[in-house]
Amino acid sequence: MKALLALLVAALFLASLATGPVWWPWRLGDEVGWAIVLDLRLPRALLGLLVGAALGLSGAVLQTWLRNPLAEPGVIGVSACASFAAVSAFYSGLAAVFVLALPLAGIAGAAVGIAALMSAVRAGAGTVSLLLMGVAINAIAAALISLVLALAPNPFAFQEIWLWLAGSIADRDLRHIVVCAPFIVAGAGLVLMKRRWLDALSLGEDAARSLGVDTRRLGLWLTLAVGLMVGAATAVAGMVGFVGLVAPHLVRARVGFKPGATLVPSMLVGAILVLAADIAVRLLPTDYELQLGVFTSLVGAPFLVRVIRRSQATWLAA
Amino acid sequence: MTMLAAHALVRRRGERTVLDGIDVAFAKGRLSAVVGPNGAGKTTLLRLLASLDAGDGGEVLLDGHRVDRLSAAVRSRRIAFLPQSAAVYWPLLGRDLVALGRLPHGADLSRPLSSADSAAVEQALVRVAGMPLATRRIDELSQGERARLGLARVLATEAEVILADEPVANLDPAYALEAMAVLKAEAARGVCVVVCLHDLGLTARFADHVVLLAAGRLQASGPPATVLQPNVIGPAYGVGFRIAIMDGIEQPIAWTYRAEENSG
Repeated sequence: MKALLALLVAALFLASLATGPVWWPWRLGDEVGWAIVLDLRLPRALLGLLVGAALGLSGAVLQTWLRNPLAEPGVIGVSACASFAAVSAFYSGLAAVFVLALPLAGIAGAAVGIAALMSAVRAGAGTVSLLLMGVAINAIAAALISLVLALAPNPFAFQEIWLWLAGSIADRDLRHIVVCAPFIVAGAGLVLMKRRWLDALSLGEDAARSLGVDTRRLGLWLTLAVGLMVGAATAVAGMVGFVGLVAPHLVRARVGFKPGATLVPSMLVGAILVLAADIAVRLLPTDYELQLGVFTSLVGAPFLVRVIRRSQATWLAA
Repeated sequence: MTMLAAHALVRRRGERTVLDGIDVAFAKGRLSAVVGPNGAGKTTLLRLLASLDAGDGGEVLLDGHRVDRLSAAVRSRRIAFLPQSAAVYWPLLGRDLVALGRLPHGADLSRPLSSADSAAVEQALVRVAGMPLATRRIDELSQGERARLGLARVLATEAEVILADEPVANLDPAYALEAMAVLKAEAARGVCVVVCLHDLGLTARFADHVVLLAAGRLQASGPPATVLQPNVIGPAYGVGFRIAIMDGIEQPIAWTYRAEENSG
């Protein structure tokens, strides 16, 4: 299955290079054609790949750690925290002075959000408290973002933040990739190193500890890893919701629900979803290109509703 | 021969002392039952023995070495723990659930199991008569069938010590008898089995050694025939017991509301 998914990622990556106002730009064979490919399309496709993989993998990790199929960076407020931190870095001027300020702020914001959730869930909580915690974190982050918006120096700045928040990977250049790629790759590496232990969490924390898992250290490790991935992805692409929710759901049954085996396929499906969504927004006949995050939410939110409806009472009561 | 021992074990929770100076020893090759009323500290004791919680005093020794100084890797191979709620959060296949017991030996569920790991998994499934469940998803199974797989998961670790917290709670008599027989067979194989139990009838029948806790203190420790006497368990549980003898085994039966009414 992994080979098939990887093939699909490669195909969509090429399609992403080909799709746009100019189709198959390399066929032009001149400087303009190659400029379109290398300067406009390639950064976009690479970001789609990175951001999608980061979100898909983060969703799979959060769902495993919180033992809850509804956990997702967007739904539970981690993306919003990262966005707030990134927006602050943006408009405090820090990001202009120091190029890594944006991803680092995003990572710090995401880590704070995850830590808050983990503390709530450790204190013994099921789906209801997890989602309520997510609502609270989202509300706080949204209020803080509104505050920053209200302080925006001019309408253009306001619009710029607003559009950035909606989530997009259009008009990015290679600098954005350089800034986020190392963090995303490092976070993914950290998670995949601990794959085996995520399986033990299927039995709950006590049994996992008796099987040799240091759950406290694992929690810190995963907080760091997901913080790196979601923080860096959000810092360059804004809020792209629901990818982390949908991706693990699409693969889970095919790997026998084993949490560790869900990780890599979720990462690939995340990349597939973002690349496909980013191609779709280019094909939609809208005057201005629809924001990627708006599109994923429009498609993903009904999916969340479906998951909640179908999930047995056991998930919700647990 | 003593395998697992606690010395002067103390555990406090806030102001309350949940375990107050427990001295107890569990031998290998025996099935030991920890009994006592609700809130006596049975689960707390088991968690300390498993090193899931740290004590506020005293020590737990495994084969003469302090358990809390063992690395998690070593401890997880030597002590297997079955928690009371056998909750499984994903609808795994039966065989995968049992294979989790091989994690301490380095198994990785995302890859094919090594021959030693898969042999241990098969053997554990056979011992609980769970082979037909191996290829079923656990959300399709009954509570009793799931409990059987949980037990197999613990057996698959091939640990020297098995700690099980209420392994027969919520099970119908058939499953309860079967689970006790499986644990007894493990003890016969040389494993040190320690089980928290509520059912004194099963305790009388299957345990080699009984430890009675009440209000965080050790009340009695010894063979079932001496510990499960009305004058010993009556005060601990606060009810009067009577004895019924079946197949030569003395079965204590809670009979009157107050301990002093017991008719001995």
